[in-house]
Amino acid sequence: MSEEKLIKNDIRPDGRKLDEMREMEARAGVIDRADGSGYFRLGNTIAVAAVYGPKELHPKHLVDPVKAYVKCRYNMAPFSTSDRIRPGPNRRSTEISKVIKDALSSVIFLKEYPETSIEIFIEILQADASTRCVGLNAASIALADAGIPMKDLVTSCAAGKVEGTMILDVAGIEDCEGEVDLPIAYVPRKNEIYLLQMDGIINKDELKKGIEMAIKGCKVIYEKQKEALKNRYAKKGVDKK
Amino acid sequence: MNENIETKKEDKIEEKKTKDMDKENESQLMVEERNIVVPGELLAEGIDFLPGHGSFKENGEIRSKILGLAKIKEHLISVVPLSGTYIPLTGDGVIGVVSGVHISSWLIDINSPYIGFMPLSESTEEFVDLERSDITDYFDIGDVVYARINRVTKRKDVQISMKDRMCRKLHGGNMIRITPAKVPRLIGRSGSMIEMIKKKTGCHIIVGQNGLVWVKGEKENLAAEAVLTVERESHTEGLTDRIEKMLEKATGKKDSGEGVVKNE
Repeated sequence: MSEEKLIKNDIRPDGRKLDEMREMEARAGVIDRADGSGYFRLGNTIAVAAVYGPKELHPKHLVDPVKAYVKCRYNMAPFSTSDRIRPGPNRRSTEISKVIKDALSSVIFLKEYPETSIEIFIEILQADASTRCVGLNAASIALADAGIPMKDLVTSCAAGKVEGTMILDVAGIEDCEGEVDLPIAYVPRKNEIYLLQMDGIINKDELKKGIEMAIKGCKVIYEKQKEALKNRYAKKGVDKK
Repeated sequence: MNENIETKKEDKIEEKKTKDMDKENESQLMVEERNIVVPGELLAEGIDFLPGHGSFKENGEIRSKILGLAKIKEHLISVVPLSGTYIPLTGDGVIGVVSGVHISSWLIDINSPYIGFMPLSESTEEFVDLERSDITDYFDIGDVVYARINRVTKRKDVQISMKDRMCRKLHGGNMIRITPAKVPRLIGRSGSMIEMIKKKTGCHIIVGQNGLVWVKGEKENLAAEAVLTVERESHTEGLTDRIEKMLEKATGKKDSGEGVVKNE
């Protein structure tokens, strides 16, 4: 490995500052036949999410007589990375599906739809770090677009540690060479964290700083998500009174 | 019918409100009528406002549950949904497809996560001898019916009845599926939109609250197109006039009035 440093004078390999996010794009209603859908792009990471339901739940043994059941599938397209991914679920995608499901379940008013299922499908079309965050952001837009009652939108963003420095929104080479990746899912209104994962070695102060940074990023994403949902209907230029 | 239920609900909330009066707080409205709101968005603060459909109260703040248009009716703040599935409500008229036949009852698919259940006693007035007759003579799998929702339990068991003036089996025609949230717009204020489409196209049209629309007549396709246009542009202004123009252009007539089908 070369001795050259990734971060020079607080400038990262792709020219960003330490607490700067990649440019992002959010859209709602991108899939016609789904009940609700969302698109989220953060730099080179692209996710599309579709939501179906509430609908009848199969298999029947999963039915909960007092609340709805959330099904979630996170999947990376075979062409989403430089090396082809073998299609189908694997250990990693099963785990991510599970944590995303748990994060989203905690904001949905599940008790309004007893005995039903709400199905969320997240497809990563292009991967360049923090796919679970981008997937979660897209899924959150899709749920709102499907008209499913929620306490708030879930936003998600990652922080990381590269060469001992805490950075916001890990991407590209930082993801491969960095020491820590710290994705969180955050609900701005209630100031609550619904997902927190981490790998690597980090001390208490760095962790605190990382979470703080990620929360700052989440707040930016939150505004983007709201804008996307409002634009879905206002775009046609007819909402004016 | 629906209005009755709503006012009852309002009364209940009114009672609750007077109880809460002790707490003092300044109330403030944060949105305007017909603003687009997203889940979690602040609609109003303080005790002077109450959450209606599509909104909830938390720590004295009224927030939206869904993506929709804000609706302010004096103190009641609700959100009109722009999408979502159909959840059965007592008194709704729905279009359903018979999906199962039991010994003395039918199962009816009402375009909802919950299945409708219609017992024999709710389907016909006449005496049926179960030992001698086959109940599929009345309704068989695949039959389309316009029925009324009789009862919905807390667990969302849905009982359906045909004992109503308008309830009947629908023969022929075509069925269109629209978003249930857009049904009120399709019907229009006291039926203005749907009556106009019926008049201009001369078709039989029945709209179920569950988002199924049944169309029968010579100009089925035109009527279907109009219905789908309403669905697509439901949140826009001046829609009735535009649809009227569209239909006039297609039929080449200005206010025909011929072949009008009434009483649907």
